[in-house]
Amino acid sequence: MKNFMELLFGKKNRSRTISFLMVIVAYVVIEALMHGIRMSRLFTSLLVPTCCYIILGLSLNLVVGFSGELSLGHAGFMAVGAFTAVVASGLLSSSISNAILRLIVAVLCGSIVSGLFGLVISVPVLKLSGDYLAIVTLAFGQIIKSLITNIYLGFDSNGMHFSFVNNNLSLNNGKMLLSGPMGATDTAKIANFTSGFVLILIALFIIYSLIDSKYGRAIMSARDNRIAAESIGVDISKTKTLAFVTSAILAGASGALYALNYSTLQPAKFDFNTSILVLVYVVFGGLGNINGTIVATTVLYVLPEMLRSLQDYRMLIYAIVLIVVMQLTNSAKLKQYVEKLSKKLFKKGVAE
Amino acid sequence: MNVPVLEVKNLGIDFGGLTAVNKLNLEVYAHEIVGLIGPNGAGKTTVFNMLTRVYEQSRGTICLNGQDIGKMNTVEVNKAGIARTFQNIRLFGELSVMDNVKTGMNNRFEYSIFDTIFHTPKRKKCEEEIEKKAEELLKIFHLYDSKDIKASSLPYGAQRRLEIARALATDPKLLLLDEPAAGMNPQETEELMNTIRFIRDKFDIAILLIEHDMSLVMNICERIYVLNYGTLLAKGSPDEIRNDEKVIKAYLGD
Repeated sequence: MKNFMELLFGKKNRSRTISFLMVIVAYVVIEALMHGIRMSRLFTSLLVPTCCYIILGLSLNLVVGFSGELSLGHAGFMAVGAFTAVVASGLLSSSISNAILRLIVAVLCGSIVSGLFGLVISVPVLKLSGDYLAIVTLAFGQIIKSLITNIYLGFDSNGMHFSFVNNNLSLNNGKMLLSGPMGATDTAKIANFTSGFVLILIALFIIYSLIDSKYGRAIMSARDNRIAAESIGVDISKTKTLAFVTSAILAGASGALYALNYSTLQPAKFDFNTSILVLVYVVFGGLGNINGTIVATTVLYVLPEMLRSLQDYRMLIYAIVLIVVMQLTNSAKLKQYVEKLSKKLFKKGVAE
Repeated sequence: MNVPVLEVKNLGIDFGGLTAVNKLNLEVYAHEIVGLIGPNGAGKTTVFNMLTRVYEQSRGTICLNGQDIGKMNTVEVNKAGIARTFQNIRLFGELSVMDNVKTGMNNRFEYSIFDTIFHTPKRKKCEEEIEKKAEELLKIFHLYDSKDIKASSLPYGAQRRLEIARALATDPKLLLLDEPAAGMNPQETEELMNTIRFIRDKFDIAILLIEHDMSLVMNICERIYVLNYGTLLAKGSPDEIRNDEKVIKAYLGD
């Protein structure tokens, strides 16, 4: 029992334990609810997107919180992952009949391609210091959206057909995968809540493994003091690139999951607003705070949807909640109180 | 004596039209503690910045154990064996005291990103080794009790000590200390002197230090270089420097 308590509340791994517990408990409760009582369609339709945004928030926190760089185009990486996954899933629909296996392959494809884009962007940009990454990622998000809006891609028995202008690919009994501004149409919906849950666990595992390692220490040292980090032999551009590419991979995975949850998906979904929205989640949850990101994303994504019935007042309430919580979390008194409370709980745990 | 650990020849740097350091020759031999002193603005920290490649020198050569390091970058110089502390403390404020020291050991223990994600035995072994070595260093600098708190919340003197510990974690051959005793009270300075001698013996390194506290400099330095307006004014043993008329003039004026 003592060992178990130490594992749960041990000082070193406390935040990690809380993250995993929180996600697992949430999953179990929601699954139980869904089996017990009939949940509203709105509620069930929010589950997978919430998982996706949590993963995207975690990935953005790696860049903004841990590596101290600003990315304004994370929706772009999500888009790359999403449409790569749609294409992969469409092409493989005949060769891999097992939906779970196809989902895994599609998510892997999405994250790898997104990671490659991340690498191409970060290698030149992160050699510089300053706000260049923010500018380049901002442009990247716009370019990717425009690019995908103009891609027509289909396949039939003769193979793949591709065009930038022609929406009539004259397919011979084939299927359109991407049709320009319409995006992906008629995708097989193979993602579900469980896959989202597993992907969050994987993302958490990757992020915690990274930040507890020498690479994580290098990433955070480069954020805290660039000159000092260099003086003890930390290669700044390499470590920042590592953080950014890892983040792009996770963002790609989240996009892949997102796309495979809908039968149609338009590229316009992944615009600048989405990037900023996720940035708000991350800042709201606290830079470099993983548990904060998970909670903030859930609340801020679900809240506006739940308030839909209030129509015009919805964004007003949303804004008020944002301001109130930001004020509260910045108050020193409240922080002290929370610290006291957690210390009390911790002591009790050891005493038992 | 044999090949010096650090050999600087004819070193100079210009900022625009201003010559900050000129014609500096300087050697540090193994196991030696050497002082670099001079009035404010003499160019002492600029010399450190050239040695660690923060600045590109305009003239001259820098050799570490006979190897030319004059064209390397900061990271490579650290790998070659020079570690430093800073005049205005530069710690990783958000990291714990322990992690500050651990970061210093990044290049000494290699495990790949694959080992990191999949928690291989190699990662575990390296991390344990890092932890052990870091604890050892923290104990030397009396920081072990505060190992889990944020570096930025340490008191001033402890922050200075932590910076030295972090620099030592990179396993240098030459340690550059930029005003290690600044802001310390006499008692802390006394302790620091003992610590500097101790780490010199324990890690068998050479130390070059900038300091304004004359009692510290005269006490622990075996040789002293005096800089004034970027050029070498005098060099010699503490006794020679103490009685050098040019040095007294530079410090006290005519």
